[in-house]
Amino acid sequence: MVHIFGALGRSFALDVESGNLFELDAEAAKVLSGLTANGWNTEAVADSDIVREFVALRCDGQLDSAEADVAPPSDPGVIKAMCLNVAHDCNLRCRYCFAGQGEYNNSSCNTRMPLDVGIAALEFLMKRSGNRRNLEVDFFGGEPLLNFDNVRRMVEAGRELERKYNKKISFTMTTNAAGVTDEIADWINAEMDNCVLSIDGRREVHDRMRPDAGGHGSYDKCAAGALRVVSGRGGKAYYARGTYTAHNLDFHLDALALADAGFANVSVEPVVAQSDKPYALNEAMLPEIFASYDKLAEEIVKRSKGASTGKPFTFFHFITSGEHEPCLRKRLMGCGAGNEYAAVTPDGDIYPCHQFVGRESFRMGNVIADELDSATQKEFASVNILTKSECRKCWAKYHCGGGCAANAHSANGDIRLPDKLSCAFMKKRLELALAMSADE
Amino acid sequence: MEKSIKLVKKGCLKDSLKYGGCGECQASCQSACKTSCTVANQPCKNEKKA
Repeated sequence: MVHIFGALGRSFALDVESGNLFELDAEAAKVLSGLTANGWNTEAVADSDIVREFVALRCDGQLDSAEADVAPPSDPGVIKAMCLNVAHDCNLRCRYCFAGQGEYNNSSCNTRMPLDVGIAALEFLMKRSGNRRNLEVDFFGGEPLLNFDNVRRMVEAGRELERKYNKKISFTMTTNAAGVTDEIADWINAEMDNCVLSIDGRREVHDRMRPDAGGHGSYDKCAAGALRVVSGRGGKAYYARGTYTAHNLDFHLDALALADAGFANVSVEPVVAQSDKPYALNEAMLPEIFASYDKLAEEIVKRSKGASTGKPFTFFHFITSGEHEPCLRKRLMGCGAGNEYAAVTPDGDIYPCHQFVGRESFRMGNVIADELDSATQKEFASVNILTKSECRKCWAKYHCGGGCAANAHSANGDIRLPDKLSCAFMKKRLELALAMSADE
Repeated sequence: MEKSIKLVKKGCLKDSLKYGGCGECQASCQSACKTSCTVANQPCKNEKKA
C-alpha cells in the first residue's frame, strides 16, 4: 500500500508497510498516482525514467511492499500503566469535560481516592506487570491536586514498591494547575517524570469554556500555576495541553498563544463530545480544522528555522520518534487500553481507561478485592490492527495504532469500529508530521 | 539536477520484528493526549536493540 499526499507545499509517498517516506516532484507524484490507480500496469502509462525507477523500487521491496508476517502482539494479562483517578471532583466547571466535571456520571462514588485504595492500586500494578520493568502511573481526575496529601503519600509508597519489586515507575500528573503553590510546584518537579498542564490557549478561549466553581474565568490562575511548574521543570518532560471546540476552529492561534506564553511543549486536542453539544466538532468543520493544522505546521517550521520571531516549540501530534521509532508490534496494539493500561476510580474500581470510567458495562475489577476480569482484558487485547478490518486497509494504521477504543465506542457502540471524525483529524496531523520529519 | 524521487526517511517497521515487542515503552495515553491515540511518537525503550 502506498499513500501519496501533499503537505507544506511538497509531495510525498509513504510506503505503508515498511515506513519508507519518499519526496516526489510534481511529475513523479502524478506518475505514481497513475501507477497505483491502475494496479501497477506499466503498459497503461507512458514509459519514462520515473516509471522505471518506481518499478525498480517496488521490485526491491521499498515501495508498495507486502504486509509483514507478524503474529498478534502482546501477551494479555500484563498491566504496565495505570491512570489513578485520585479525585472525582474538580475546582473548575469546564463545559466540555468528558468526566462530567469530575463526577464521571457517578455521584455515589468517593470523591477522593483514600490512601489505602491508592496503595492497593500500586500493589496491583506491581503484581500484574509480569516481567515489565518500566511502569507508568498517572494522577488524574477531576483535579488531582484536590487530593494532594494522599498523592504525595502514594508516591512515597510507590518508591518503596519500586525497590521491593525491582521496578521503575514513571509518574505523571495531569492538572489544571489552578491550585499550584510554590511547595506543590517544587514537589511536582522533583517527583513527576511528566506533567500535563491543562490550559486552552488564548485567555478568552480558555475562559469561555473553563469557568471556576463561581463562574469566573480560570485562565489567570491556570496560567500562573502552570508557568510556575514550568519555571522549575529543568529538562523534565511536560506538556501544556489544550482542548479545541467548535468555538475555536482557529486553534492554531491557541497553540501559538501557549508557545508565546512560555510553554515549549504544546498539545491542543479536539474536544470529545456528544454530537448534540453546541461545542461539538463535526465533518462540516473539517476544512477549517485542516487549515488550522496547516497554519500551525507552517509556523512551527518557520520558528524552528529562525524565520519567524515567535518562540520555537514542539506540538505533540507533529512529533515523530526519529531513530527511536516504536516497533511494529507496539504499532499494532495502539494505546493498550483495557489490556496493558487501566484506570482506577476513587473506590478502586478498574476500567479499561480513564475515558471508560462511568460506563458501567466496562467495569473490569477492583484493586481492593484484587480482582480483574480477564475475559474483558483478553477482549481488549484482541483489538488490534490485524483484527480491525477498517484499520487494516488504512494507510495511517502504523502511526495511530488503530485509534482510541473509547472514541470508537462513543461514536459507534463498538470498540472495533473507529470513529471516522477522529480518523480524519489523525490523518491530517500525520501527513504534516511526516512532511516535517522529512527534514530531520 | 534535483531527483524526482528521493528517499527522505528509511522505515524500520519490518526490521523491528527482530527486536520488538518487549513492551517497555510508554503507553500512548500517559503522555499528552488523554483523548486520542498516537503510537508513532512514542520512542522505543528496548535496551537490547541492536
